[in-house]
Amino acid sequence: MSDEKSLTYSDFRKRIGDVKHPEYWRSLDELMRSEVFDDFMHDEFPRQAAALTSGVDRRDFMKLMGASMAMAGLVACNQPDQKIVPYVNQPENLIPGKPIFFASAMVAGGLAKGVLVESHMGRPTKIEGNPDHPSSLGASDSFMQASILGLYDPERSQVVRRLGEISTYSEFLGALQPVLNAARANGSGLRVLTQTITSPTLGNQIQQVLAQYPGSKWHQWEPAGGHNAREGARLAFGGYVNPVYHFDQASVVVSLGSDFMGEGPAHLRYARDFMSGRRVRRGSTTMNRLYAIESMPTQTGGCADHRFPVKPSEIEGIARALLGVAPAPASWVSAIARDLQNNRGRGIVIAGDEQPPAVHALAHAINQALGNNGATVTFTDPVEVAPANQLESLRELVTDMNAGRVSALIVLGGNPVFDAPADFDFRAATDKVPFRAHLSPYYDETSYHAHWHIPETHYLETWSDARAHDGTVTIMQPLIAPLYNGRSAHEILGALIGGLDLSPYDTVRSYWFSKGANEISWRKWLNDGVIAGSALPVRTAGASGAIPPATRQSGNGATGVEIELRPDPTIHDGRFANNAWLQELPKPVTKITWDNVMIIGPALAKQIGFDADDRDPLVNEKQTRMVDVEYHGVKMRMPVWVVPGHAEGAATVFFGYGREHGGAVASEKGKGFNIYRFRFSDALSGGAGARITLTNDPPYPIACVQEHQSIDPKDVGERGIVQSASFTEFQKDPEFARERERKEAGESELQGEAAGEPYDQQMYPPYDYSKQHAWGMVIDTTVCTGCNGCVSACQAENNISVVGKEEVVREREMHWLRIDRYYRGNPENPETFHMPVPCMQCETAPCEPVCPVGATSHSIDGLNDMTYNRCVGTRYCSNNCPYKVRHFNFFHYADYDTPALKPMRNPDVTVRTRGVMEKCTYCVQRINAAKIEAEKADRPIPDGEFTTACAQACPTDAIVFGDLNDKSSRVAKLKQEPTNYALLPGLNTRPRTTYLATVRNPNPEIRG
Amino acid sequence: MAQIFHRSANTISRVTIFGAIFIAGFILWVIGGIVRSPYFTNQGIEREQIVPFSHQHHVGGLGIDCRYCHTSVETSNFAGIPPTSTCMNCHAQIWTSAQLLEPVRSSYATGRPLIWSRVHRLPDYVHFNHSIHISKGIGCVSCHGRVDKMNLTYQAMPMTMQWCLSCHRAPEKFVRPRNEVFNLAYESPNQAVDGPRLVKEYKIQSFTHCSTCHY
Repeated sequence: MSDEKSLTYSDFRKRIGDVKHPEYWRSLDELMRSEVFDDFMHDEFPRQAAALTSGVDRRDFMKLMGASMAMAGLVACNQPDQKIVPYVNQPENLIPGKPIFFASAMVAGGLAKGVLVESHMGRPTKIEGNPDHPSSLGASDSFMQASILGLYDPERSQVVRRLGEISTYSEFLGALQPVLNAARANGSGLRVLTQTITSPTLGNQIQQVLAQYPGSKWHQWEPAGGHNAREGARLAFGGYVNPVYHFDQASVVVSLGSDFMGEGPAHLRYARDFMSGRRVRRGSTTMNRLYAIESMPTQTGGCADHRFPVKPSEIEGIARALLGVAPAPASWVSAIARDLQNNRGRGIVIAGDEQPPAVHALAHAINQALGNNGATVTFTDPVEVAPANQLESLRELVTDMNAGRVSALIVLGGNPVFDAPADFDFRAATDKVPFRAHLSPYYDETSYHAHWHIPETHYLETWSDARAHDGTVTIMQPLIAPLYNGRSAHEILGALIGGLDLSPYDTVRSYWFSKGANEISWRKWLNDGVIAGSALPVRTAGASGAIPPATRQSGNGATGVEIELRPDPTIHDGRFANNAWLQELPKPVTKITWDNVMIIGPALAKQIGFDADDRDPLVNEKQTRMVDVEYHGVKMRMPVWVVPGHAEGAATVFFGYGREHGGAVASEKGKGFNIYRFRFSDALSGGAGARITLTNDPPYPIACVQEHQSIDPKDVGERGIVQSASFTEFQKDPEFARERERKEAGESELQGEAAGEPYDQQMYPPYDYSKQHAWGMVIDTTVCTGCNGCVSACQAENNISVVGKEEVVREREMHWLRIDRYYRGNPENPETFHMPVPCMQCETAPCEPVCPVGATSHSIDGLNDMTYNRCVGTRYCSNNCPYKVRHFNFFHYADYDTPALKPMRNPDVTVRTRGVMEKCTYCVQRINAAKIEAEKADRPIPDGEFTTACAQACPTDAIVFGDLNDKSSRVAKLKQEPTNYALLPGLNTRPRTTYLATVRNPNPEIRG
Repeated sequence: MAQIFHRSANTISRVTIFGAIFIAGFILWVIGGIVRSPYFTNQGIEREQIVPFSHQHHVGGLGIDCRYCHTSVETSNFAGIPPTSTCMNCHAQIWTSAQLLEPVRSSYATGRPLIWSRVHRLPDYVHFNHSIHISKGIGCVSCHGRVDKMNLTYQAMPMTMQWCLSCHRAPEKFVRPRNEVFNLAYESPNQAVDGPRLVKEYKIQSFTHCSTCHY
C-alpha cells in the first residue's frame, strides 16, 4: 500500500483545491486515488482468477482435458429434429413472425401506468410505454420493463393451497360458502383487506360486497402508498384532494425531500415535464431551476441545480421559513424564498412521501401563497375509489382481529404479514381469525399464515381497469391466458357477491356498459389504452389559511442518528423481490445490486469509526463492514455504506428486502435485511434516536457496479469524460465542451494534426457511409435522471442474462448499457452526474482489428457487428475497448432449460451461450426490421419510425437515436449542438454515440 | 562417429514430412467434406410427416400457388405453415374419407394442431426474412428447389453460410422478375443481361456484413 492511501477525509478539500480542473470522481476511493486503486482499475477483470479458488492440479487437468477430447466427437452430432405446430384456425390479423402490440396498463401502488405490450404469436415479450397515456407518454420504467419477467417467473404460485396442501379453487369456494352464509345476517366479522384501489370496477364490486354483508368492512394498506401526501392534502384543504403538478409550466421547483422524478405513479410524466424546461440548445435563453432539500441523495437530487443535504426532521423548519412563518435557518433558504417570490405562479414546492403530513400541508400553503395553485399545481378529486387514512384503516383491522371481532379475513393482494408496521404484529393478530384467505402472486409470508392461498393473476393475464395520476381510466386487457391457474381480485369479489362463474371480462365489461359504453367505444378504449376524456375534472382545492402547527422540532433535541426509511428503488416495497432483473439492476445513486445497506454520509462514517483509511481500495465497492443499528428498541446487524452527499447525522435504509418466503430469488439469493422491523405506526418513515456502532464482523460482500469497467479516473476530469457548465457559462461560451475536445485532440499523443481537424492518418480502411444509413445516438446528460429505465429496457429487448450476486462481485454483470455515476466537488455534498454508456459504435473501432476470428466487424451502416457464432472468447476486443462496453459470458448465464422462461425471450435476438462476447448492437434487430419494411415499400425510413429500446424507454427523452445521413433527423440536429461532445476524442475512435454536456442553472445568490 | 541411422531414414523422414502435410490436408479435406455433406446439412433428406403431404401433387399437379398456404411469405420473416383449416377448405369436400387424411380431420374436429417436422432449419443465431427476398425478386426455387417435383418435401439446398453468400455476393445471378418469383419452372432466357438490369431496377444491395443475418 502506498503512503497516499493514508489520506484522510479532511484532506479532500485540499486535494480538490490542488487540481486545475474541476475534478470529477466516481467513488470515494477513486478520490483517494492510491496506487493500489490504480492497479485495480487497470485490471479489466481483476477478480477473474478468484473463480478457480481451489486450483486444479495436473492430474485433474489431464482428466478434464481427456474428457473434453473424448466428448469433442459428440458435439458434432446433428441438430435434433424440430417440430412446427401451426394453428388449427389461425386468428385473423395474426401474421406469424410479426409482433402485435396491445394497449394495457401496469398498476403500481394502485395507479395505472399505460403500456403497449409486444406480443409474438400470443406470447408477450416486451413492454413499452403507451404514448397516449398521461402517466407514461410513451416512456417506461424498470418496473414496467421487468414485469415481463414477473409474468413468466416459474416461482410464481401455481396452485390453490389449503393450509399449505394443494387444493382447488372450487374447494375454496365450497369452504367460503358457510362463512358467507353466516355473514349474510351479520357481516361485521367479514373483512376485506386490499391495497390502494383506483379501479372503478373493483370499487363497484367492493361496494356491492359491503352492501350485501351488512356490517362488513373494507380495509386498505399499501406499504409505500403516499400516506403522508394524502393526509397532508387533507390537512391543507380539509378533505382529500389529488394534486397534479405541471412541471412543464414551472420555472422554479423546490423539492422538500421529494423524489418526484424517481418514485410515485406519475414519475415518468413528471420527469418528462420537468426536463422539458431544461433542454439547453443553441440560443436557449431560459432554463428552469431545481432546488432539492433532502437527506438521501435521490435521482431528483442528482439532477438538482442546488442540493442541500439536511436531516429529514429539519425539512419542516425549512418549509416554514419558505412560507415566511419562521426565520430562515440559513441564507440559502432566504435565497430560495426570493427565487420563488420572483417566479410567482411559475413555481412548484413539492414534499416527499417520507415527510410528515404537516410538511405536505406547508408545501400546499406555499404554493397557495405564491399563486402556484391553479397554475402549476391543479387539483382533482382523489383518484382512489375510497381515499382513506390507510394506517388507521389497518390499525382498526388489527385491533378488531385482536379483539376477536373478525371471523373472516379476505386479503386481496399485498403481503401485510411482511409489510405491516412492526408494532401492529399483524401476524399474531391474524391467528385469532378463524377464516383467512389470501390472494397473491407468490406463496409469501402472508400466504403461509392464511388458511387458503389463491394464486393471483399477473396484470398481463386478466381484465381489469385502473386510473392514472390524473384520473384517466385505462381498461386493462390480458395478453395471455393465466399461465399458472391464477385468479383475479374480480373473481374473488365476484364469488363474495354471488357470481361464482363471472369472468373478469364480463365483470369489467358489464360495469362499463352500465356506464354508457357501447361496442364501438369499448373497442376504441381497448385500442387506445385510455378512455379519452376520463381524466378527473380540475377543481379548486379550497384554500385554507391554517398553517399546521409544528410537529417535529428541527432535530436538535433528539439524540442519536436520524433514520429515514424509503421503499427500495428497484424492488419497491418487496413485491418485486423475486424479480432477478430488478434485483440485479444497480440502484440509482448507490449502484448496489442484490442488497440493501445502511446508507450514511462520510461525516457519520468517520464518527462511527468507519473511516476510509480502514478500507482497502482493492476490495472497496466489493465488501463493507457490518454495523449494529439500534432503533426503537430493535437491534439489527446490517452492512453500512457511505454515500457522498448524504446528510450528516442521518442514515437511510430501503425497505423491501428480508423476504422469508415468496421464491428463491426473494428469500435466498437476494434476501438482504428486513427493514420493516424498523417501521412503526407512529413513524412510518423513520425518525431520530438510532444508534449505529461498527462491529468486528468479517466484511460483508457487496455487489456494487460503479467501479466496474471503469474508464481511467485520470481521464474523467482531465480528459473531459464529463463536461458541465452553468447556464450562465453556457450562454457566454456555448462551445465549452468542444473547446476541451479540441484541446484534448491537440494534446493527444496519437496524432500530430492541427487541433480539431479530423485525423486522416489511420490504419482502418476508409468506409463510405454516405450511400447507406449512418446510425448515431446522442445522449443529453443534462436531462438524464439515472433512472435505469433504459438499462431494463435493454435487458428485456436483448435477452440479457442475469448473473447473480457472486458474479456481479466478480464484475461479470451482463448489462449492455450501464449508467456511470460521477461526482464533482466536496464529498459531503458533491454534484452528481449520470452518464448512460452503451457501445459507442466507433467508426474506427479498436475492438475490430484485434479479433483473431473476425467475430466483430464493421457494417455498412457503421455499426460494430458482434457475431456470436464466430466468437471464440479471446476477449481481446474487450481488452482493447477504451469505453469498456463489452461483456463476456464467463459461464452459461442464459437459462436454456427452464421451460417457463423460453417464451419470454425476444425471438429476434440470439440467446448467447458461454464463452461469447456480447455488447450493445444499437438494437440491430429493430434496424433491420425497419430497413426491410422500407425496402419493400421502396421508401426512405422516416426519422422516428423506430428507435432503440433504451431511447424508447427513456422518460426524459435523454437518448435520441437516428440516421445521421438524414440531415433533418433529430439526432443529426443534436449532433450540431454546441454542447455535443464525444468521449475520449483523442483516441480518434470517432464514436457514433456522443453526449450533450451537462448544463446546470445554479442561483447566483447561492455559493457552492 | 558411427552412423546411427540407416540411410533409408532420409527417405522415411522426407516421406514423413511431406506425408504429414498431405495427411493433415487430407484430414481437413475430409472434415470439410463431411460438414458440407447432407449428413450435416440435411440436404436432400426427406422428412417423415404426420400426413405425407405431396407438394408434387398440390403444386405441380393442381397448380396451387405457394401463397395459398404460406400466407405470410410476402409480409413476414416466416412464410407460415398453413393452419388445419386451410387443408379443410378443400378436404372438407374431396377425399373426405381418405385414410391418409385422418390426422387432418381429427385435428380439425378436436382442435389439436397437426405437428409437422421442420424441413428447413437455420440455427438460432441466423435471422432470415422471407418477405424481403420475395420483394427483391428472389424466386422460391432459388432456395427451395423444385418443390413442385417433390413427393415428400426435402431441403434442396445445403443452407450453409457459404451458400447464402454465393447469392448475397452476386445477386445478379439469381434475381428474377417479381412476377416470376412464385413460378418454380421459370428460367431466364438471358440472365447475364436480365440479372444486372433487375438488380438495378429493384435496388438490390449486396449485403455481406455480419449483422445482415447474425444478431
